[in-house]
Amino acid sequence: MRYRSHLEEILVEGRFVVTAEIGPPKGSDAKKIRDKAELLRGYADAFNITDNQTAVVRLSSFAGSVILLQMNLEPIMQLTCRDRNRIALQSDVLGAASLGVRNLLCLTGDHQSFGNHPSAKGVFDVDSIQLLQIIKNMRDSGVFQSGDPLLAERPNVFLGAAANPYADPFEIQVDRLHKKIDAGAEFIQTQSVYNVSKFVRWMDDVRSQGLDKKVHILAGVTPLKSVKMAERMKFHVPGTDVPDSVYQRMKSAANPTEEGYAIALETIRELKTVRGIHGIHITALFWEDVIPSLVREAGLLHK
Amino acid sequence: MIVTKQKNFEELLCSLGSGPVFLMGCSECATLCHTGGKDEIRAMKAALEKKNISVAGCVVLEPACHLNNNKRMLKEYTKELGRSEKILVLACGNGVQTVAELFADKDVLAGTDTLFLGEITRVNEFDKRCMQCGECVVDFFAGLCPVSRCPKSMLNGPCGGSSGGKCEINSELECIWDRAIQELKKKGKLQVLMTIQKPKDWSKGLEMKRRV
Repeated sequence: MRYRSHLEEILVEGRFVVTAEIGPPKGSDAKKIRDKAELLRGYADAFNITDNQTAVVRLSSFAGSVILLQMNLEPIMQLTCRDRNRIALQSDVLGAASLGVRNLLCLTGDHQSFGNHPSAKGVFDVDSIQLLQIIKNMRDSGVFQSGDPLLAERPNVFLGAAANPYADPFEIQVDRLHKKIDAGAEFIQTQSVYNVSKFVRWMDDVRSQGLDKKVHILAGVTPLKSVKMAERMKFHVPGTDVPDSVYQRMKSAANPTEEGYAIALETIRELKTVRGIHGIHITALFWEDVIPSLVREAGLLHK
Repeated sequence: MIVTKQKNFEELLCSLGSGPVFLMGCSECATLCHTGGKDEIRAMKAALEKKNISVAGCVVLEPACHLNNNKRMLKEYTKELGRSEKILVLACGNGVQTVAELFADKDVLAGTDTLFLGEITRVNEFDKRCMQCGECVVDFFAGLCPVSRCPKSMLNGPCGGSSGGKCEINSELECIWDRAIQELKKKGKLQVLMTIQKPKDWSKGLEMKRRV
């Protein structure tokens, strides 16, 4: 079998995968991305480049992904529906594929009201599930969303989506994962896990429907750097679940940064033992330099 | 109903100048949402006169968006309108434009901002229900519209930010997806949500004219 990306290859081979998120800069300096990526070289198998996350304008995920390709690193280009309609999205898929981007993560996107341009018009022409289906059809059937045929090469991409075990209503979340798989998702990166027991319950449901056999699930981990960050995650970031026990540990720690690191390490160790989990997706917000030791200490280094 | 809110009074004063001004309201939506009915026209007249802006006359159109009816109704105000420099319309954006159509030589000013198509939920409370997309989809969602009521217009929701039945962008706003799921569950029809809703044909909402 010819794999579309290195990420797909190692997931299919059954290796436990690490992906890491790189947030592009609020400026046009490519070096900011190169420095972060160089720091993480060898510690992750592929790197997510976020697409104006939380609706704050940054260097584009398209350009960031190409910068990684120039460094011989593998990007996972995030693609949200907030800022582009189906014409622009399909065009970017073709453009990215033409330059060698092989992994795409399809997201609906954070609402513009959260970002630094709250007066912007959100596009939301399609949603993440529709975007998955559109790209799958471009790739597998050679047709655009309108039904018009692609005339040159089809974008040979490995398709990913997000899943949030902590979103409400809980009962619908596994069905929604199912729908994403039906639409074309081949790998899943989950919301950051702090509440491991709820995550395990979600995975029980996922396995009971056999979905872990249909899609590669990477569990999200975001180390908490400070009490302030724990508070933000617990009280202000929609769709995250920081249990009281974790919050208390952060609050009573003599060194919250070390405690946050220890919690992340424990979480990864627990997640590794959950059946159906194929890897870890680390999002270390403005704390990328913690990733190498986290990966090493968690026993996730392949080489 | 078309839900409007009156513009900031101080800003209105700036655009009105010294007058004289003619006031027009609307007997339909603007009356129902208390922005341009008889009472509001009377109050606006008093407020302007208090600021020494003379009001040459006023009328509540029936309704403001009816071009020919406006022509008929306004005949009896020819004298007052002749004296007016400006016309302030307390109706929706449609009503303002219908009036402007009739008075090319005058400044016709919008006294309200038009917000949405919505329902009267209770006294003095209005909620968005429709954004005129041109192809109604409420049948798929227990009679609820995610196009107008989900801030991301998701057809395959909910997004990951719904919490306790509330929307992530505003804790006052009900998550319409959460609500649709509860309603469909009651009806034993939750499975309909497993159908992937195809991308919407937004061209249906771009009609500019309709003739019966």
